Amino acid sequence: MTTVTEAPPLAPAPERKPPRRRGRWTPYLLLLPGLLWLVVFFALPVIYQASTSVQTGSLEEGYEVTWHFATYWDALSAYWPQFIRSVLYAASATVLCLLLGYPLAYLIAFRAGRWRNLIMILVIAPFFTSFLIRTLAWKTILADGGPVVGALDALHVLDVTNLLGWTAGDRVLATPLAVVCGLTYNFLPFMILPLYTSLERIDPRLHEAANDLYARPSTTFRRVTFPLSMPGVVSGTLLTFIPATGDYINADLLGSTDTRMVGNVIQTQFLRILDYPTAAALSFLLMAAILFMVTFYIRKSGTEDLV
Amino acid sequence: MAFVNWLKRHLVVIAGLCTLAYLILPNVVVTVFSFNNPKGRFNYEWQEFSTAAWKDPCGVSGLCESLSLSLQIALWAMLGATLLGTMIAFALVRYRFRARGAVNSLIFLPMAMPEVVMAASLLTLFLNMGAQLGFWTILIAHIMFCLSFVVVAVKARVMSMDPRLEQAAQDLYAGPFQTFVRVTLPIAAPGIAAGALLAFALSFDDFIITNFNAGSTVTFPMFVWGSAQRGTPVQINVIGTAMFVVAVLLVLVSMAIGNRRRRQKA
Repeated sequence: MTTVTEAPPLAPAPERKPPRRRGRWTPYLLLLPGLLWLVVFFALPVIYQASTSVQTGSLEEGYEVTWHFATYWDALSAYWPQFIRSVLYAASATVLCLLLGYPLAYLIAFRAGRWRNLIMILVIAPFFTSFLIRTLAWKTILADGGPVVGALDALHVLDVTNLLGWTAGDRVLATPLAVVCGLTYNFLPFMILPLYTSLERIDPRLHEAANDLYARPSTTFRRVTFPLSMPGVVSGTLLTFIPATGDYINADLLGSTDTRMVGNVIQTQFLRILDYPTAAALSFLLMAAILFMVTFYIRKSGTEDLV
Repeated sequence: MAFVNWLKRHLVVIAGLCTLAYLILPNVVVTVFSFNNPKGRFNYEWQEFSTAAWKDPCGVSGLCESLSLSLQIALWAMLGATLLGTMIAFALVRYRFRARGAVNSLIFLPMAMPEVVMAASLLTLFLNMGAQLGFWTILIAHIMFCLSFVVVAVKARVMSMDPRLEQAAQDLYAGPFQTFVRVTLPIAAPGIAAGALLAFALSFDDFIITNFNAGSTVTFPMFVWGSAQRGTPVQINVIGTAMFVVAVLLVLVSMAIGNRRRRQKA
């Protein structure tokens, strides 16, 4: 590794502030239709939902805003296990995505050579089949008495996971393990792509420099590669954690009534039980919880300029 | 010892390939089970080889109707989101205006919010307005959540554009319109195309937001969801496999064309 890699091309154009142009109203005209769409169909609904959550009434007689904040308390005391479960499952899936995704992103960025494009296609290709169909395929893969469950059983992995409460008996389907496995699978590409983008930007000369300074490969990774890939780690974990917390598809298709997440509760309250205030309160709480956690996380990881 | 060293050196490659296998495995299962001849209503257990479903992909009532509806919605959502999103992206990169921070957060927030929250709040709006749930409410919702992704894709491309190219066009007496059509748009085109493709894919595959705002209208993901409760026909796997094959072929062809162009230029 003594060859010196060619320097990357110089940055194209100098940074500049957007110039003031002819037509003072042009930017506003360009922004107007799209922003109007977002205000009416994104921001306004959030406000509507907040108001729905403090309404009382019934489907027949209609609802009225009565500032009935007790709905929040009732919803939380009834559904706190689902809330905790959502955060736990999403966090486990995020950690698993990072552990599984990092080697693959690293492989594509540094070790794939002429296979890079092919592996890239293989990472994106699953997207081309509807994710519901692919999630259903996990029912086959994790089927009772199937090869995967059989292998896990023979290796005594199931004994350990049973002890931890992740699986039950000789089943994987309808257990927390299956749900986390499905979540990890569904959001893995959202972890790999940002990781790859930030790894690919690393100047290979930095690796050579670390090597020249007698750093072992593990030290190079710990002191050079990983810190430089932090933007990818942060955006990858956010892109995994946020949708995984609100997901109800994996819990519904691969889980059981004991693995219901907060998304499942919101969905049934809204679409089957038609208890709109409770559903709105739960959805509002989920939004607040996620915004809080994400803000905290971004502050902690010191990458505020990322978003 | 030699083996241990080899293992150490290639640990990353082995782990990466294992992850790749984890990603690809469900697609393999989907493809294999499109040739299954299941007993009973569910297609989760292998019985025997059969090409019956491939010969009659529309053999299940409602399946192909839902597919064509999903394609229509994805097409319109793509057009709407790409138009609105490209306009916003140009305004953000090219102009100075008030309340830039507010505009940026309005675009960022839909991407940072779990789908179920957006879906539920949009449904409360539609219920309050007394809107009839169906094609139009789905389309409105899809344009809404695809918009931000288009803005991000187009913005990245326009930002990396060399402003001197447009200045050069103007120095050569091109008017603002001519500069835009002959210089700006062609350079921004890859970003716009990427945004449009992303919007199409997101809309076509969306389930959660559609589930809340579709009423009794059935898109393809809604059809799959319903069949997971009632019984999964093999035809679902056939369509999943066909989509996968077509998309991979399109990618390979476009890459081959790109390679050849590059070689011709060189």
